[in-house]
Amino acid sequence: MTATLETHGANLLEVRGLTKIFGTLKACDGIDLTVGKGEIHALLGENGAGKSTLVKMLFGSLEPNAGEIRWNGEPVRIANPHAARKLGIGMVFQHFSLFDALTAAENIALSLDDETPIATIAAKAKALSYSYGLPLDPYSLVGDLSVGERQRIEIIRCLLQTPELIILDEPTSVLTPQEADKLFETLERLRAEGKSILYISHRLEEVKRMCDRATVLRHGKVVGHCDPRKETASSLARMMVGSEVLSVVRPPAEGAGKAATLLEIRNLTRKPATPFSIPLRNINLSVKAGEVIGIAGVAGNGQGEFFEAVSGEATQPDAVTVRIRDKDAGHLSITGRRMLGAAFVPEERLGHGAAPRMKLSENLLLSRYATDRKAFLGSFGLVQGSAIVKAAQRIIEAMDVRKSAPDPEAAALSGGNLQKFIIGRELDRQPAVMVVNQPTWGVDAGAAARIRQALIELARSGSAVLVISQDLDELFEISDSIAVMHNGELSKPLPIAEATLEKIGLLMGGAEPGHVEPVAEVA
Amino acid sequence: MGMLEAILITIATAATPLLIAAVGELVVERSGVLNLGVEGMMVMGAVTGFAAALATGSPWLGFLAAIVVGALFSLLFAFLTLTLVTNQVATGLALTLLGLGLSGMLGEGFVGFPGVKLANVYIPVLTDIPLVGKLFFGQDPIFYLSILLTAGVAYFLFRTRAGLTLRSVGDNHASAHALGINVVLIRYLAVMFGGACAGLAGGYLSIVYTPQWVENMTAGRGWIALALVVFASWRPWRVLAGAYLFGAVTIGQLHAQALGIGVPSQLLSSLPYLATIVVLVLISRNRRLTMVNTPASLGRPFVPDR
Repeated sequence: MTATLETHGANLLEVRGLTKIFGTLKACDGIDLTVGKGEIHALLGENGAGKSTLVKMLFGSLEPNAGEIRWNGEPVRIANPHAARKLGIGMVFQHFSLFDALTAAENIALSLDDETPIATIAAKAKALSYSYGLPLDPYSLVGDLSVGERQRIEIIRCLLQTPELIILDEPTSVLTPQEADKLFETLERLRAEGKSILYISHRLEEVKRMCDRATVLRHGKVVGHCDPRKETASSLARMMVGSEVLSVVRPPAEGAGKAATLLEIRNLTRKPATPFSIPLRNINLSVKAGEVIGIAGVAGNGQGEFFEAVSGEATQPDAVTVRIRDKDAGHLSITGRRMLGAAFVPEERLGHGAAPRMKLSENLLLSRYATDRKAFLGSFGLVQGSAIVKAAQRIIEAMDVRKSAPDPEAAALSGGNLQKFIIGRELDRQPAVMVVNQPTWGVDAGAAARIRQALIELARSGSAVLVISQDLDELFEISDSIAVMHNGELSKPLPIAEATLEKIGLLMGGAEPGHVEPVAEVA
Repeated sequence: MGMLEAILITIATAATPLLIAAVGELVVERSGVLNLGVEGMMVMGAVTGFAAALATGSPWLGFLAAIVVGALFSLLFAFLTLTLVTNQVATGLALTLLGLGLSGMLGEGFVGFPGVKLANVYIPVLTDIPLVGKLFFGQDPIFYLSILLTAGVAYFLFRTRAGLTLRSVGDNHASAHALGINVVLIRYLAVMFGGACAGLAGGYLSIVYTPQWVENMTAGRGWIALALVVFASWRPWRVLAGAYLFGAVTIGQLHAQALGIGVPSQLLSSLPYLATIVVLVLISRNRRLTMVNTPASLGRPFVPDR
């Protein structure tokens, strides 16, 4: 271990035994980590492994309960983000720490500890942004910018403080593949300038591509150090998860050409319901029995609005725009559409997919009281408690939902386990049409694999499955065709055999739907 | 002094307490806190201001007492909502009820006493200019202070780094916390500034506007101030315009009654609230306006993780 460290020269950051306890949970338990000068160091781990907690302690947002941080060999106490910045630690947050109502320059000013005038900051930020090929208009309002542009502000803000160590928390999770490439170029340039980078990700391919060393966390503990370039994606995944991750199998769809269309969207157009939502423009799509169609797109391009229109959360003025099993469903409510054999899983688990303070069995009844009236409701509409608890138990077993009580409240489950329950609740009905928005968002790799496999199996058993996701790896894993949503428009679905990351990425960035341009050269 | 000038001066006197209280609340709301206790803080300022002026014979000490009591009263609100993280709406309403009750009790012995008067400004030559002299150069000192206060708040919010920090806390307290900004401290200071302003506005009512103490003498002006902040879409100079508009409506209503014009007074006194609803509907249609001016964290509780 020490031998590998010395090859990287002096250590910039050394962490020994860093521990953070929240209540009874040890989020970080005796973490050791060293980051050398001029290296890109990956911090790998599942959701809840303690990565974010660790870097928050390094940036002074959280106070460690025990342990030591050494900076250039000197022990330091990082009491707050000001102290971290003073040392030379910069951070690009996962959920951006930006202010929508302020301009880019004002956002940058807020993290500088001196009183430099805004105009000076704007000029500096602009110059720096162009020198790194991340053009930025310092007077634009953050609320008007795309996610990629927002991340540029975060990066420029960080670079303006001339940090020695830059911490990036899941930076690519919201970017198109092209935007991510641009980010990698920037990071490599920073490494060449001698800066150190602590790179947090659960995307193994990009870690393999860029990072010099990796530290793997699991349940708050360091479980290994490695050179990611010498590992395979599956060996890294095994380290993260601690056991073999079951790989998703997608058998070829049989007779897809002749199968009946179960879900059809015809010329769906929707005006923005609030000033903050995206209008939908003339969307056409049909999903046949036996196939999984994926909808890719950068967050906030109309996916939420589309899901609402399809699920019946927002009904349509024209009934024919949404057809479920050859029946016009545009006027129908969610329950009406469920009665036609459709099932829906919204993006937001708590408060949308499930009522947080109600038990799992009650949540089951809430979504299925109409479709399963005979099973769950007795004479005079009285609730059949035992039947529902039994059905909930069946779902819990089928999806391997882990919980601490026999029938806990939805909010008591971890995100991944609740998502398994919600998906399982709908799958249990064997719906003819299943529409899912972000099926595995924030779900760990093991549970995600299980959910994806279940969706494929549902399709192969003769249902039509529509999956909206921002995770391209996921869509490539499960879809038979992928369509891309951009600015309220939906491209034609590309069969998976023809879809490449580049083509999908271009569509996500706004290339004209249906016409995929050859990959543009990245300057 | 012409009739028109007299009317304009009374409008300014009616608008001044609204302006002071609303500008204070604007700073509070820009920091992301909704304090519905303006009426309560105002009425407390009114009773203590009146009592202190009466006891000391100095209207200035009266104003000082009103400011201090307003700020202390808001400190109670800040402690409850920011430290104990109680619901801001419920706590603000409780503050108003408490203020109305407490001031009635404390002020019982002061009912009927004549108040201490505050002399108007007199600048030789300027004040004597016909038609506009008294309007611009001959009013009470607090009137001038209210204009300076508006300008000062506008400058602070949009031209200083501290103002930018305050707006950032109101826009997204989680982000501000992540950058190392002390969200709770900034909100404490903002709430206390708002309380001091409400106290001063109350003192103005009992020392200048009608120099006497009457129970519930704020008569809903705290609520108008709250409505004004929204009406002005959280911009200081628009608060000033709104305060004078509502001041004019109040005075116009009196003159209309005197002239026997049959506009129901209830209709006129509901005007500020109707206008606020109209403004809310209009700005909510415009995404950019809403985004830029409405503090996005307004009323949302914040608990920093450490």
